[in-house]
Amino acid sequence: MRGLSLFLGCVIPNRYPGIEMATKLCLAKMDIDCVELKGASCCPAPGLFRSFDRTAWLALAARNIVLSEELGRDILTVCNGCYSTLADANRIMKDDKALREQVNRHLAGIGREFKGSIEIRHIIEYLHRELGPQGIGKHVERPLDIRAAVHYGCHLLKPSRERGLGSFERPEFFDELIESLGATSIDYPDKTECCGAGGGVRSALKEDSLRLAQHKLSRIKEAGVDCIVNACPFCHMQFDLGQEEIRRITGIEYNIPVLHYTQLLGLALGFTPDMLGINLNVIKNNTFVQRIENGQ
Amino acid sequence: MSEPTHDNTNLLNTMKAACRDTLRCMQCGVCSGSCPSGRHMAINIRRLVKKAARTVDVLKDEQLWMCTTCYNCQERCPRNIDIVEAVFSLRSIAVHEGIMLPEHGRVSGLLIRHGHAVPIDDERKKQRTELGLDEIPLTVQSCPEGLEEVRTLLKSCGFDRLTGDRDKSNAKTETA
Ligand code: SF4
Ligand code: SF4
Repeated sequence: MRGLSLFLGCVIPNRYPGIEMATKLCLAKMDIDCVELKGASCCPAPGLFRSFDRTAWLALAARNIVLSEELGRDILTVCNGCYSTLADANRIMKDDKALREQVNRHLAGIGREFKGSIEIRHIIEYLHRELGPQGIGKHVERPLDIRAAVHYGCHLLKPSRERGLGSFERPEFFDELIESLGATSIDYPDKTECCGAGGGVRSALKEDSLRLAQHKLSRIKEAGVDCIVNACPFCHMQFDLGQEEIRRITGIEYNIPVLHYTQLLGLALGFTPDMLGINLNVIKNNTFVQRIENGQ
Repeated sequence: MSEPTHDNTNLLNTMKAACRDTLRCMQCGVCSGSCPSGRHMAINIRRLVKKAARTVDVLKDEQLWMCTTCYNCQERCPRNIDIVEAVFSLRSIAVHEGIMLPEHGRVSGLLIRHGHAVPIDDERKKQRTELGLDEIPLTVQSCPEGLEEVRTLLKSCGFDRLTGDRDKSNAKTETA
């Protein structure tokens, strides 16, 4: 198996650096061979730039992929949006020779060439396939006695034909990873539904997009959980910052802590909430943090 | 529906070529019934697909930008129509016609300037240092040659012209 290069994207390093720290701490602690992909740019975001111009979207994605090809490493993404762009662009360019040549003409201008020699991985998919819930369980130092609402996010699962992770209607692999940490993954209505942020909707039509988030938040609240666990910093932002935005618009407070899986994993591996940047969220929930710190 | 003009005919042909498989639509409504955006916004993806096969007016339809690209419709469509691909194609044709939401133009500017749609800010620089991370992430933001490469690529693809120097009066869509 090839080693990995860590692709950060935009939202993780520039808005939720706690997720970057959690990812780095967990990878090191689990002895996963991964280096940082230096000089990478925006993936570029699928909902925005794929919508605006396919060639520019492909060319920028290709440059990011080439940086990792030059290292002989697969790319590890920690974001559903980055995964969507890089995995789709990688496949499209591997399959379509004419398109690959067109993109390579642009890349020639910066002295690079897309070869199609690596794969794109998502940390959830990677951990499940390569270590499995049991393998993860072996690393757990602090089993988490909490109830979690898992949010898969759309682009981890779909298009399912390309992702190959099984049914998008009732997926289980992410729940299994959460349960491997001792936590309980709670079922709730509309569990696989969209957070509302993707497709450029959050950026251009924020209030509309928040109605989708609010729908999910109210379902999750009814189910009674300790936190939401996601696989994507953009869903993370929509649920975390979104709770504050919804409060401003509607006055409704949900006060549900939001964790990226790498942060939940980090807690189970023994890191403190501070080290994982959990307190850098907009929604601070001291009860949750204290419970973790006091070993429940 | 708009009067067919020579320009419109060309545009409609481009749209039809890009969204060929939408012509197979049997109007069953599985897509719109599966659409989370349709539950909370005005978008009706079944009608949008139908409209895309008939008129260039769809390019100005605000509904086109209400899709979160969640793929539910495409996953469930019994005619195997790549609906999200069609949405991407229609949006891109719209953008090439000068139709883009103002906020999307702004984010495109950020990409050109910083290589990131969401660049770093002072608050996060501080948080990064406190966490023990590099103050500036090791992305193009700390790599001037990399940023130059990004800009060269965007220019070579004509992206700067597409999203930058457009007449602001065009940057509107009509509400359906
Ligand atoms: S699900 Fe497919 S066939 Fe049915 S209305 Fe939608 S696009 Fe048409
Ligand atoms: S991909 Fe877009 S149109 Fe299709 S179901 Fe999701 S939000 Fe609706």
